Amino acid sequence: MIEIPTLGWQAIVIFVVFAVSLLIATYSTYAERVVAAFLQDRVGPDRAGPYGLLQPLADAVKMFTKEEFFPGGASKALFVFGPCLAMLTALMSSAVIPFGNTLTFGNNSFFLQGIEVNIGMLWVFGVVSLGVYGIMIGGWASNNKFSLLGAIRAASQNISYELAMGMSLIAVLMMSGTLSLREITLQQSVPGEWAMWNIVKQPLGFIIFLVCAFAETNRTPFDLPECETELVGGYHTEYSSMKLGLYLFAEYVNIFVASAVMSVLYFGGFNFPFQYELRDWLVSSQDWELASAQNLITVLGTLGLFAKIFAFIFFFMWVRWTLPRFRYDQLMRLGWTILIPLAVFNILLTGGLILFGVIK
Amino acid sequence: MQLTNRAKKLEKKPMTLAERAYLPAIFQGLSITMRHFFMKKATIRYPEETRPFSPIFRGLHVLKRDEQGRERCTACGLCAVACPAEAITMVAGERKKGEENLYREEKYAVSYEINMLRCIFCGLCEEACPKAAIYLQPDKMAPPRYERDEFIYGKDRLVEPVDPDKRSVRGIQLTPEQADALRGKLAGQPA
Repeated sequence: MIEIPTLGWQAIVIFVVFAVSLLIATYSTYAERVVAAFLQDRVGPDRAGPYGLLQPLADAVKMFTKEEFFPGGASKALFVFGPCLAMLTALMSSAVIPFGNTLTFGNNSFFLQGIEVNIGMLWVFGVVSLGVYGIMIGGWASNNKFSLLGAIRAASQNISYELAMGMSLIAVLMMSGTLSLREITLQQSVPGEWAMWNIVKQPLGFIIFLVCAFAETNRTPFDLPECETELVGGYHTEYSSMKLGLYLFAEYVNIFVASAVMSVLYFGGFNFPFQYELRDWLVSSQDWELASAQNLITVLGTLGLFAKIFAFIFFFMWVRWTLPRFRYDQLMRLGWTILIPLAVFNILLTGGLILFGVIK
Repeated sequence: MQLTNRAKKLEKKPMTLAERAYLPAIFQGLSITMRHFFMKKATIRYPEETRPFSPIFRGLHVLKRDEQGRERCTACGLCAVACPAEAITMVAGERKKGEENLYREEKYAVSYEINMLRCIFCGLCEEACPKAAIYLQPDKMAPPRYERDEFIYGKDRLVEPVDPDKRSVRGIQLTPEQADALRGKLAGQPA
Protein backbone atom coordinates (compact mmCIF):
# COMPACT_ATOMS: atom_id res chain seq x y z
CA MET A 1 0.00 0.00 0.00
CA ILE A 2 1.53 3.28 -1.06
CA GLU A 3 1.48 5.88 1.62
CA ILE A 4 -0.35 8.91 0.30
CA PRO A 5 0.38 11.99 2.36
CA THR A 6 -2.78 13.70 3.52
CA LEU A 7 -1.90 16.91 1.75
CA GLY A 8 -1.35 15.03 -1.52
CA TRP A 9 -4.73 13.42 -1.23
CA GLN A 10 -6.33 16.74 -0.50
CA ALA A 11 -4.59 18.29 -3.48
CA ILE A 12 -6.07 15.58 -5.69
CA VAL A 13 -9.50 16.14 -4.19
CA ILE A 14 -9.23 19.88 -4.72
CA PHE A 15 -8.18 19.39 -8.33
CA VAL A 16 -11.06 17.00 -8.90
CA VAL A 17 -13.51 19.36 -7.23
CA PHE A 18 -12.32 22.24 -9.42
CA ALA A 19 -12.50 20.11 -12.54
CA VAL A 20 -15.94 18.84 -11.67
CA SER A 21 -17.22 22.33 -10.83
CA LEU A 22 -15.93 23.66 -14.14
CA LEU A 23 -17.28 20.71 -16.10
CA ILE A 24 -20.69 21.01 -14.50
CA ALA A 25 -20.71 24.76 -15.08
CA THR A 26 -19.76 24.17 -18.71
CA TYR A 27 -22.57 21.78 -19.26
CA SER A 28 -24.94 23.97 -17.26
CA THR A 29 -24.69 26.47 -20.10
CA TYR A 30 -25.75 23.73 -22.47
CA ALA A 31 -28.39 22.40 -20.08
CA GLU A 32 -29.79 25.89 -19.60
CA ARG A 33 -30.44 26.20 -23.30
CA VAL A 34 -31.92 22.74 -23.59
CA VAL A 35 -34.14 23.26 -20.54
CA ALA A 36 -35.20 26.66 -21.82
CA ALA A 37 -36.05 25.16 -25.17
CA PHE A 38 -37.99 22.27 -23.69
CA LEU A 39 -39.97 24.52 -21.37
CA GLN A 40 -40.86 26.66 -24.38
CA ASP A 41 -41.76 23.76 -26.71
CA ARG A 42 -38.57 24.10 -28.71
CA VAL A 43 -35.73 21.67 -29.31
CA GLY A 44 -32.63 23.65 -28.33
CA PRO A 45 -29.07 23.24 -29.56
CA ASP A 46 -28.75 19.94 -31.40
CA ARG A 47 -26.33 20.67 -34.24
CA ALA A 48 -22.89 20.55 -32.63
CA GLY A 49 -22.15 16.91 -32.00
CA PRO A 50 -24.70 14.30 -30.96
CA TYR A 51 -27.65 16.08 -29.31
CA GLY A 52 -25.59 19.27 -29.49
CA LEU A 53 -23.29 18.03 -26.75
CA LEU A 54 -20.31 19.87 -28.23
CA GLN A 55 -22.16 23.17 -28.00
CA PRO A 56 -20.11 24.40 -24.99
CA LEU A 57 -16.96 23.84 -27.07
CA ALA A 58 -18.38 25.88 -29.91
CA ASP A 59 -19.33 28.60 -27.43
CA ALA A 60 -15.83 28.59 -25.98
CA VAL A 61 -14.27 28.93 -29.42
CA LYS A 62 -16.57 31.83 -30.14
CA MET A 63 -15.78 33.50 -26.82
CA PHE A 64 -12.03 33.16 -27.24
CA THR A 65 -11.94 34.43 -30.80
CA LYS A 66 -14.07 37.51 -30.25
CA GLU A 67 -12.53 40.94 -30.11
CA GLU A 68 -11.13 42.09 -26.79
CA PHE A 69 -12.61 45.48 -26.15
CA PHE A 70 -11.56 48.01 -23.54
CA PRO A 71 -13.84 51.02 -23.19
CA GLY A 72 -12.21 54.43 -23.29
CA GLY A 73 -11.50 55.85 -19.86
CA ALA A 74 -11.79 52.46 -18.22
CA SER A 75 -9.42 51.41 -15.52
CA LYS A 76 -7.72 48.65 -17.43
CA ALA A 77 -6.33 46.69 -14.51
CA LEU A 78 -9.62 46.68 -12.62
CA PHE A 79 -11.47 45.93 -15.83
CA VAL A 80 -9.52 42.69 -16.17
CA PHE A 81 -9.54 42.01 -12.45
CA GLY A 82 -13.36 42.06 -12.17
CA PRO A 83 -14.18 38.86 -14.06
CA CYS A 84 -11.14 37.14 -12.55
CA LEU A 85 -12.39 37.92 -9.06
CA ALA A 86 -15.91 36.77 -9.90
CA MET A 87 -14.58 33.46 -11.18
CA LEU A 88 -12.09 33.05 -8.33
CA THR A 89 -14.62 33.52 -5.57
CA ALA A 90 -17.11 31.27 -7.32
CA LEU A 91 -14.60 28.45 -7.44
CA MET A 92 -13.16 28.97 -3.97
CA SER A 93 -16.37 28.29 -2.13
CA SER A 94 -16.56 24.75 -3.46
CA ALA A 95 -13.48 23.78 -1.41
CA VAL A 96 -15.32 23.13 1.84
CA ILE A 97 -18.30 21.24 0.49
CA PRO A 98 -18.26 17.60 1.56
CA PHE A 99 -18.86 15.69 -1.65
CA GLY A 100 -18.74 12.35 0.05
CA ASN A 101 -18.15 10.46 3.25
CA THR A 102 -14.93 8.65 4.09
CA LEU A 103 -13.07 6.36 1.72
CA THR A 104 -10.93 3.75 3.49
CA PHE A 105 -7.93 2.02 1.94
CA GLY A 106 -6.09 -0.15 4.40
CA ASN A 107 -5.28 2.02 7.37
CA ASN A 108 -5.79 5.30 5.54
CA SER A 109 -9.11 7.00 5.32
CA PHE A 110 -9.82 10.07 3.29
CA PHE A 111 -12.54 12.66 3.27
CA LEU A 112 -14.04 13.39 -0.11
CA GLN A 113 -13.80 17.07 0.63
CA GLY A 114 -11.31 19.76 -0.34
CA ILE A 115 -10.66 21.14 3.12
CA GLU A 116 -12.35 19.90 6.26
CA VAL A 117 -12.59 22.94 8.48
CA ASN A 118 -14.88 23.57 11.39
CA ILE A 119 -15.88 26.95 9.95
CA GLY A 120 -17.05 25.59 6.59
CA MET A 121 -20.26 27.52 6.53
CA LEU A 122 -18.55 30.78 7.46
CA TRP A 123 -16.05 30.17 4.67
CA VAL A 124 -18.83 29.76 2.12
CA PHE A 125 -20.55 32.91 3.31
CA GLY A 126 -17.35 34.90 3.42
CA VAL A 127 -16.32 33.91 -0.07
CA VAL A 128 -19.79 34.33 -1.52
CA SER A 129 -20.05 37.83 -0.10
CA LEU A 130 -16.68 38.63 -1.68
CA GLY A 131 -18.18 37.55 -4.98
CA VAL A 132 -20.10 40.78 -5.27
CA TYR A 133 -16.76 42.61 -5.58
CA GLY A 134 -16.24 40.96 -8.94
CA ILE A 135 -19.46 42.45 -10.24
CA MET A 136 -18.93 45.74 -8.42
CA ILE A 137 -15.41 46.25 -9.75
CA GLY A 138 -16.44 45.19 -13.24
CA GLY A 139 -19.30 47.67 -13.28
CA TRP A 140 -17.16 50.45 -11.86
CA ALA A 141 -14.17 49.88 -14.13
CA SER A 142 -16.33 49.91 -17.26
CA ASN A 143 -16.72 53.70 -17.03
CA ASN A 144 -20.34 53.30 -18.06
CA LYS A 145 -23.31 54.63 -16.14
CA PHE A 146 -25.49 51.65 -16.95
CA SER A 147 -22.83 49.20 -15.86
CA LEU A 148 -22.38 51.14 -12.65
CA LEU A 149 -26.12 51.09 -11.99
CA GLY A 150 -26.17 47.35 -12.55
CA ALA A 151 -23.23 46.88 -10.23
CA ILE A 152 -24.86 48.99 -7.52
CA ARG A 153 -28.02 47.00 -7.85
CA ALA A 154 -26.05 43.80 -7.53
CA ALA A 155 -24.27 45.05 -4.46
CA SER A 156 -27.35 46.26 -2.62
CA GLN A 157 -29.29 43.16 -3.60
CA ASN A 158 -26.58 40.80 -2.43
CA ILE A 159 -26.16 42.63 0.87
CA SER A 160 -29.91 42.64 1.52
CA TYR A 161 -30.39 38.99 0.77
CA GLU A 162 -27.25 37.86 2.52
CA LEU A 163 -28.84 39.05 5.78
CA ALA A 164 -31.93 36.91 5.39
CA MET A 165 -29.83 34.03 4.14
CA GLY A 166 -27.52 34.14 7.12
CA MET A 167 -30.42 34.33 9.54
CA SER A 168 -32.25 31.43 7.94
CA LEU A 169 -29.03 29.50 8.36
CA ILE A 170 -28.73 30.38 12.02
CA ALA A 171 -31.76 28.22 12.70
CA VAL A 172 -29.92 25.27 11.18
CA LEU A 173 -26.82 26.07 13.18
CA MET A 174 -28.90 26.22 16.38
CA MET A 175 -29.90 22.62 15.78
CA SER A 176 -26.54 21.33 14.63
CA GLY A 177 -24.32 23.30 16.98
CA THR A 178 -21.49 23.37 14.46
CA LEU A 179 -20.40 25.31 11.38
CA SER A 180 -18.66 22.35 9.79
CA LEU A 181 -20.55 21.27 6.70
CA ARG A 182 -19.33 17.74 7.19
CA GLU A 183 -20.68 17.63 10.73
CA ILE A 184 -24.01 19.05 9.61
CA THR A 185 -24.23 16.34 6.96
CA LEU A 186 -23.36 13.54 9.36
CA GLN A 187 -25.94 14.76 11.86
CA GLN A 188 -28.60 14.24 9.22
CA SER A 189 -27.80 10.56 8.97
CA VAL A 190 -29.31 9.01 12.07
CA PRO A 191 -29.38 5.23 11.45
CA GLY A 192 -32.95 4.09 10.82
CA GLU A 193 -34.26 7.64 10.60
CA TRP A 194 -33.37 8.65 7.11
CA ALA A 195 -36.30 11.05 6.85
CA MET A 196 -34.72 13.38 9.39
CA TRP A 197 -33.04 15.64 6.91
CA ASN A 198 -33.03 19.29 7.83
CA ILE A 199 -35.70 20.11 5.26
CA VAL A 200 -38.19 18.29 7.50
CA LYS A 201 -37.19 20.33 10.53
CA GLN A 202 -36.62 23.61 8.73
CA PRO A 203 -39.11 23.98 5.86
CA LEU A 204 -39.51 27.72 6.36
CA GLY A 205 -35.78 28.23 6.71
CA PHE A 206 -35.22 26.28 3.53
CA ILE A 207 -37.64 28.42 1.53
CA ILE A 208 -35.97 31.59 2.77
CA PHE A 209 -32.56 30.13 1.99
CA LEU A 210 -33.71 29.08 -1.48
CA VAL A 211 -35.08 32.51 -2.33
CA CYS A 212 -31.91 34.16 -1.06
CA ALA A 213 -29.78 31.71 -3.03
CA PHE A 214 -31.56 32.84 -6.17
CA ALA A 215 -30.82 36.43 -5.28
CA GLU A 216 -27.20 35.69 -4.37
CA THR A 217 -26.50 33.96 -7.66
CA ASN A 218 -28.25 36.80 -9.54
CA ARG A 219 -30.67 34.40 -11.16
CA THR A 220 -34.13 35.20 -12.38
CA PRO A 221 -36.41 36.42 -10.82
CA PHE A 222 -33.64 38.35 -9.03
CA ASP A 223 -31.35 39.08 -11.98
CA LEU A 224 -31.69 42.82 -11.62
CA PRO A 225 -27.95 43.49 -12.17
CA GLU A 226 -28.33 42.50 -15.81
CA CYS A 227 -31.73 43.87 -16.67
CA GLU A 228 -31.32 44.57 -20.36
CA THR A 229 -34.56 46.51 -20.67
CA GLU A 230 -33.37 49.09 -18.17
CA LEU A 231 -29.59 48.84 -18.12
CA VAL A 232 -28.62 47.94 -21.69
CA GLY A 233 -26.76 44.87 -20.47
CA GLY A 234 -26.14 45.54 -16.81
CA TYR A 235 -22.79 45.30 -15.09
CA HIS A 236 -21.24 43.45 -18.04
CA THR A 237 -22.41 45.84 -20.77
CA GLU A 238 -18.87 46.78 -21.75
CA TYR A 239 -17.44 43.30 -21.53
CA SER A 240 -16.61 41.24 -24.55
CA SER A 241 -14.99 37.94 -25.46
CA MET A 242 -13.81 35.67 -22.66
CA LYS A 243 -14.07 38.36 -19.97
CA LEU A 244 -17.79 38.33 -20.50
CA GLY A 245 -17.55 34.56 -20.70
CA LEU A 246 -15.96 34.43 -17.26
CA TYR A 247 -18.78 36.50 -15.77
CA LEU A 248 -21.44 34.27 -17.28
CA PHE A 249 -19.46 31.21 -16.35
CA ALA A 250 -18.99 32.36 -12.76
CA GLU A 251 -22.77 32.56 -12.50
CA TYR A 252 -23.03 28.87 -13.37
CA VAL A 253 -20.29 27.92 -10.94
CA ASN A 254 -22.20 29.91 -8.32
CA ILE A 255 -25.35 28.00 -9.13
CA PHE A 256 -23.47 24.75 -8.73
CA VAL A 257 -22.07 25.83 -5.37
CA ALA A 258 -25.42 27.14 -4.16
CA SER A 259 -27.08 23.86 -5.17
CA ALA A 260 -24.38 21.92 -3.38
CA VAL A 261 -24.74 24.01 -0.22
CA MET A 262 -28.50 23.59 -0.23
CA SER A 263 -28.20 19.85 -0.76
CA VAL A 264 -25.74 19.60 2.10
CA LEU A 265 -27.57 21.85 4.54
CA TYR A 266 -31.14 20.77 3.98
CA PHE A 267 -31.20 17.57 1.93
CA GLY A 268 -28.81 15.39 3.82
CA GLY A 269 -25.73 15.88 1.65
CA PHE A 270 -24.22 12.54 0.80
CA ASN A 271 -26.71 10.60 2.88
CA PHE A 272 -29.34 8.58 1.11
CA PRO A 273 -32.26 6.53 2.38
CA PHE A 274 -31.53 3.05 3.75
CA GLN A 275 -27.75 3.47 3.55
CA TYR A 276 -27.14 1.74 6.88
CA GLU A 277 -29.53 -1.08 6.03
CA LEU A 278 -27.67 -1.56 2.75
CA ARG A 279 -24.31 -1.60 4.50
CA ASP A 280 -25.44 -4.06 7.15
CA TRP A 281 -27.02 -6.27 4.52
CA LEU A 282 -23.80 -6.32 2.49
CA VAL A 283 -21.73 -7.13 5.53
CA SER A 284 -23.97 -9.78 7.02
CA SER A 285 -25.47 -11.65 4.08
CA GLN A 286 -22.97 -10.96 1.27
CA ASP A 287 -19.82 -11.38 3.40
CA TRP A 288 -18.37 -8.01 2.48
CA GLU A 289 -15.74 -6.41 4.62
CA LEU A 290 -17.04 -3.48 6.58
CA ALA A 291 -14.54 -1.10 4.97
CA SER A 292 -15.41 -1.99 1.37
CA ALA A 293 -19.14 -1.89 2.15
CA GLN A 294 -18.59 1.56 3.64
CA ASN A 295 -16.62 2.60 0.56
CA LEU A 296 -19.49 1.52 -1.68
CA ILE A 297 -21.88 3.52 0.47
CA THR A 298 -19.57 6.52 0.15
CA VAL A 299 -19.45 6.30 -3.63
CA LEU A 300 -23.22 5.87 -3.84
CA GLY A 301 -23.62 8.77 -1.45
CA THR A 302 -21.46 10.99 -3.66
CA LEU A 303 -23.55 10.04 -6.66
CA GLY A 304 -26.66 10.78 -4.62
CA LEU A 305 -25.33 14.19 -3.67
CA PHE A 306 -24.68 14.98 -7.31
CA ALA A 307 -28.20 13.84 -8.17
CA LYS A 308 -29.51 16.32 -5.59
CA ILE A 309 -27.23 19.04 -6.97
CA PHE A 310 -28.41 18.41 -10.52
CA ALA A 311 -32.01 18.51 -9.36
CA PHE A 312 -31.34 21.92 -7.81
CA ILE A 313 -29.56 23.18 -10.91
CA PHE A 314 -32.55 22.09 -12.94
CA PHE A 315 -34.80 23.89 -10.50
CA PHE A 316 -32.77 27.07 -10.94
CA MET A 317 -33.30 26.84 -14.68
CA TRP A 318 -36.92 25.83 -14.37
CA VAL A 319 -37.63 28.94 -12.30
CA ARG A 320 -35.64 31.14 -14.64
CA TRP A 321 -37.78 30.18 -17.62
CA THR A 322 -41.02 30.47 -15.67
CA LEU A 323 -40.92 33.68 -13.69
CA PRO A 324 -40.47 37.24 -14.85
CA ARG A 325 -38.03 39.59 -13.19
CA PHE A 326 -38.99 41.54 -10.06
CA ARG A 327 -39.15 45.27 -10.08
CA TYR A 328 -36.31 46.68 -8.04
CA ASP A 329 -38.45 48.17 -5.28
CA GLN A 330 -40.41 44.92 -5.06
CA LEU A 331 -37.14 43.07 -4.73
CA MET A 332 -36.01 45.29 -1.89
CA ARG A 333 -39.37 45.12 -0.16
CA LEU A 334 -39.38 41.35 -0.37
CA GLY A 335 -35.91 41.15 1.09
CA TRP A 336 -36.22 43.63 3.93
CA THR A 337 -39.85 43.52 4.98
CA ILE A 338 -40.70 39.87 4.35
CA LEU A 339 -37.70 37.59 4.27
CA ILE A 340 -35.72 39.10 7.14
CA PRO A 341 -38.70 39.18 9.58
CA LEU A 342 -39.60 35.66 8.48
CA ALA A 343 -36.04 34.54 9.13
CA VAL A 344 -36.12 36.12 12.59
CA PHE A 345 -39.43 34.41 13.25
CA ASN A 346 -37.91 31.14 12.12
CA ILE A 347 -35.05 31.59 14.56
CA LEU A 348 -37.49 32.24 17.42
CA LEU A 349 -39.62 29.29 16.39
CA THR A 350 -36.62 26.97 16.19
CA GLY A 351 -35.37 28.23 19.52
CA GLY A 352 -38.75 27.57 21.10
CA LEU A 353 -38.98 24.10 19.61
CA ILE A 354 -35.49 23.26 20.81
CA LEU A 355 -36.28 24.67 24.24
CA PHE A 356 -39.36 22.50 24.59
CA GLY A 357 -37.57 19.50 23.17
CA VAL A 358 -39.71 19.04 20.06
CA ILE A 359 -36.68 18.95 17.78
CA LYS A 360 -33.10 18.35 18.56
CA MET B 1 -72.81 45.90 -24.30
CA GLN B 2 -71.75 42.32 -24.14
CA LEU B 3 -70.53 40.89 -27.42
CA THR B 4 -69.32 37.50 -26.27
CA ASN B 5 -69.58 35.51 -23.09
CA ARG B 6 -65.83 35.15 -22.95
CA ALA B 7 -65.38 38.45 -21.20
CA LYS B 8 -63.79 38.11 -17.79
CA LYS B 9 -65.06 40.33 -15.06
CA LEU B 10 -62.12 41.90 -13.31
CA GLU B 11 -62.32 43.41 -9.89
CA LYS B 12 -59.52 45.04 -8.05
CA LYS B 13 -59.91 43.40 -4.72
CA PRO B 14 -57.18 43.49 -2.11
CA MET B 15 -55.03 40.40 -2.51
CA THR B 16 -55.54 37.49 -0.18
CA LEU B 17 -52.71 36.19 1.94
CA ALA B 18 -52.05 33.32 -0.47
CA GLU B 19 -51.79 35.76 -3.33
CA ARG B 20 -49.51 38.06 -1.41
CA ALA B 21 -47.24 35.18 -0.46
CA TYR B 22 -46.33 34.72 -4.17
CA LEU B 23 -45.54 31.08 -3.65
CA PRO B 24 -48.85 29.45 -4.73
CA ALA B 25 -48.81 31.45 -7.95
CA ILE B 26 -45.17 30.55 -8.47
CA PHE B 27 -45.91 26.85 -8.06
CA GLN B 28 -48.80 27.16 -10.49
CA GLY B 29 -46.48 28.75 -13.01
CA LEU B 30 -43.85 26.08 -12.43
CA SER B 31 -46.39 23.34 -13.01
CA ILE B 32 -47.43 24.96 -16.28
CA THR B 33 -43.88 25.14 -17.57
CA MET B 34 -43.22 21.60 -16.39
CA ARG B 35 -46.16 20.39 -18.45
CA HIS B 36 -44.64 22.11 -21.45
CA PHE B 37 -41.35 20.35 -20.75
CA PHE B 38 -42.95 17.03 -21.64
CA MET B 39 -45.13 18.29 -24.47
CA LYS B 40 -44.52 17.38 -28.07
CA LYS B 41 -42.28 19.99 -29.66
CA ALA B 42 -43.62 22.08 -32.49
CA THR B 43 -40.19 22.32 -34.10
CA ILE B 44 -39.60 20.94 -37.58
CA ARG B 45 -35.88 20.17 -37.98
CA TYR B 46 -35.68 21.82 -41.35
CA PRO B 47 -32.95 20.30 -43.46
CA GLU B 48 -33.85 16.78 -42.37
CA GLU B 49 -37.59 17.25 -42.10
CA THR B 50 -39.68 19.45 -44.31
CA ARG B 51 -43.11 20.75 -43.68
CA PRO B 52 -45.68 19.07 -45.95
CA PHE B 53 -47.09 21.42 -48.54
CA SER B 54 -50.76 22.18 -48.63
CA PRO B 55 -52.48 20.35 -51.50
CA ILE B 56 -53.42 23.68 -53.03
CA PHE B 57 -49.97 25.21 -52.63
CA ARG B 58 -48.89 27.28 -55.64
CA GLY B 59 -45.17 27.11 -56.14
CA LEU B 60 -42.71 27.52 -58.96
CA HIS B 61 -44.15 27.72 -62.46
CA VAL B 62 -43.60 25.08 -65.10
CA LEU B 63 -44.37 25.16 -68.81
CA LYS B 64 -45.78 21.77 -69.63
CA ARG B 65 -45.20 19.63 -72.65
CA ASP B 66 -47.83 17.41 -74.13
CA GLU B 67 -47.76 13.64 -74.15
CA GLN B 68 -45.51 13.65 -77.22
CA GLY B 69 -43.01 16.01 -75.65
CA ARG B 70 -44.08 19.11 -77.57
CA GLU B 71 -44.40 22.45 -75.89
CA ARG B 72 -48.01 23.23 -75.22
CA CYS B 73 -47.64 27.00 -75.05
CA THR B 74 -48.84 28.90 -78.11
CA ALA B 75 -47.77 32.32 -76.85
CA CYS B 76 -51.33 33.61 -76.88
CA GLY B 77 -50.46 36.04 -74.11
CA LEU B 78 -53.55 35.39 -72.01
CA CYS B 79 -51.39 34.56 -69.00
CA ALA B 80 -49.54 37.84 -69.34
CA VAL B 81 -52.85 39.67 -69.57
CA ALA B 82 -54.23 37.84 -66.57
CA CYS B 83 -51.14 38.46 -64.50
CA PRO B 84 -51.94 41.19 -61.94
CA ALA B 85 -48.27 41.72 -61.19
CA GLU B 86 -47.26 41.94 -64.85
CA ALA B 87 -44.52 39.44 -64.28
CA ILE B 88 -44.88 37.52 -67.54
CA THR B 89 -43.43 38.63 -70.85
CA MET B 90 -43.19 36.62 -74.02
CA VAL B 91 -42.24 36.89 -77.66
CA ALA B 92 -44.27 34.83 -80.09
CA GLY B 93 -42.83 33.16 -83.14
CA GLU B 94 -44.04 30.97 -86.01
CA ARG B 95 -43.25 27.29 -86.10
CA LYS B 96 -41.06 26.35 -89.05
CA LYS B 97 -41.27 23.24 -91.09
CA GLY B 98 -39.64 20.32 -89.35
CA GLU B 99 -40.34 21.70 -85.89
CA GLU B 100 -43.66 19.90 -85.55
CA ASN B 101 -42.21 17.61 -82.94
CA LEU B 102 -41.12 20.58 -80.86
CA TYR B 103 -44.18 22.79 -80.70
CA ARG B 104 -47.76 21.70 -80.59
CA GLU B 105 -49.31 24.61 -82.51
CA GLU B 106 -48.19 26.79 -85.38
CA LYS B 107 -47.41 29.62 -83.01
CA TYR B 108 -45.06 29.20 -80.12
CA ALA B 109 -43.16 31.24 -77.56
CA VAL B 110 -39.69 32.15 -78.76
CA SER B 111 -38.98 33.53 -75.34
CA TYR B 112 -41.06 33.27 -72.22
CA GLU B 113 -39.94 35.02 -69.07
CA ILE B 114 -41.41 35.24 -65.61
CA ASN B 115 -39.97 37.73 -63.17
CA MET B 116 -40.14 35.90 -59.85
CA LEU B 117 -39.53 39.13 -57.97
CA ARG B 118 -42.83 40.45 -59.30
CA CYS B 119 -44.78 37.22 -59.30
CA ILE B 120 -47.24 36.87 -56.44
CA PHE B 121 -48.03 33.22 -57.14
CA CYS B 122 -51.72 33.97 -57.46
CA GLY B 123 -52.26 31.28 -60.07
CA LEU B 124 -54.28 33.46 -62.43
CA CYS B 125 -51.93 32.58 -65.31
CA GLU B 126 -52.69 28.94 -64.72
CA GLU B 127 -56.42 29.66 -64.83
CA ALA B 128 -56.13 31.86 -67.90
CA CYS B 129 -54.16 29.41 -70.00
CA PRO B 130 -56.41 27.80 -72.65
CA LYS B 131 -53.78 25.22 -73.59
CA ALA B 132 -53.08 23.93 -70.09
CA ALA B 133 -49.47 24.91 -70.65
CA ILE B 134 -48.52 26.78 -67.49
CA TYR B 135 -48.84 25.31 -64.04
CA LEU B 136 -47.76 26.31 -60.57
CA GLN B 137 -46.19 23.24 -59.10
CA PRO B 138 -47.73 22.19 -55.78
CA ASP B 139 -44.46 20.86 -54.33
CA LYS B 140 -41.68 23.18 -55.38
CA MET B 141 -40.89 26.69 -54.22
CA ALA B 142 -39.02 29.34 -56.16
CA PRO B 143 -35.54 28.99 -54.66
CA PRO B 144 -33.71 31.92 -53.12
CA ARG B 145 -31.01 33.61 -55.23
CA TYR B 146 -28.32 36.16 -54.65
CA GLU B 147 -28.64 38.26 -57.81
CA ARG B 148 -31.71 40.06 -59.07
CA ASP B 149 -31.28 38.91 -62.67
CA GLU B 150 -31.32 35.32 -61.51
CA PHE B 151 -34.96 35.75 -60.64
CA ILE B 152 -35.98 36.21 -64.24
CA TYR B 153 -36.84 32.72 -65.28
CA GLY B 154 -36.56 32.06 -69.00
CA LYS B 155 -37.66 29.08 -70.99
CA ASP B 156 -34.52 27.23 -70.02
CA ARG B 157 -35.75 27.01 -66.48
CA LEU B 158 -39.50 27.00 -67.03
CA VAL B 159 -40.09 24.41 -69.71
CA GLU B 160 -40.48 20.90 -68.50
CA PRO B 161 -37.37 18.91 -69.44
CA VAL B 162 -37.71 16.32 -72.11
CA ASP B 163 -35.83 13.63 -70.27
CA PRO B 164 -38.43 11.83 -68.15
CA ASP B 165 -36.01 11.35 -65.30
CA LYS B 166 -35.11 15.02 -65.17
CA ARG B 167 -38.77 15.84 -64.85
CA SER B 168 -38.85 14.31 -61.43
CA VAL B 169 -35.78 16.31 -60.49
CA ARG B 170 -37.68 19.44 -61.35
CA GLY B 171 -40.46 18.37 -59.06
CA ILE B 172 -42.88 17.10 -61.67
CA GLN B 173 -43.58 13.71 -60.31
CA LEU B 174 -44.27 11.09 -62.92
CA THR B 175 -45.09 7.57 -61.88
CA PRO B 176 -42.59 5.02 -63.22
CA GLU B 177 -45.18 3.76 -65.71
CA GLN B 178 -45.80 7.27 -67.01
CA ALA B 179 -42.07 7.89 -67.29
CA ASP B 180 -41.56 4.66 -69.22
CA ALA B 181 -44.46 5.40 -71.54
CA LEU B 182 -43.09 8.86 -72.18
CA ARG B 183 -39.61 7.47 -72.79
CA GLY B 184 -41.08 5.10 -75.37
CA LYS B 185 -42.90 7.91 -77.13
CA LEU B 186 -39.85 10.14 -77.13
CA ALA B 187 -37.57 7.41 -78.45
CA GLY B 188 -36.19 8.40 -81.82
CA GLN B 189 -37.41 11.98 -81.57
CA PRO B 190 -34.82 14.76 -81.29
CA ALA B 191 -35.18 16.72 -78.09
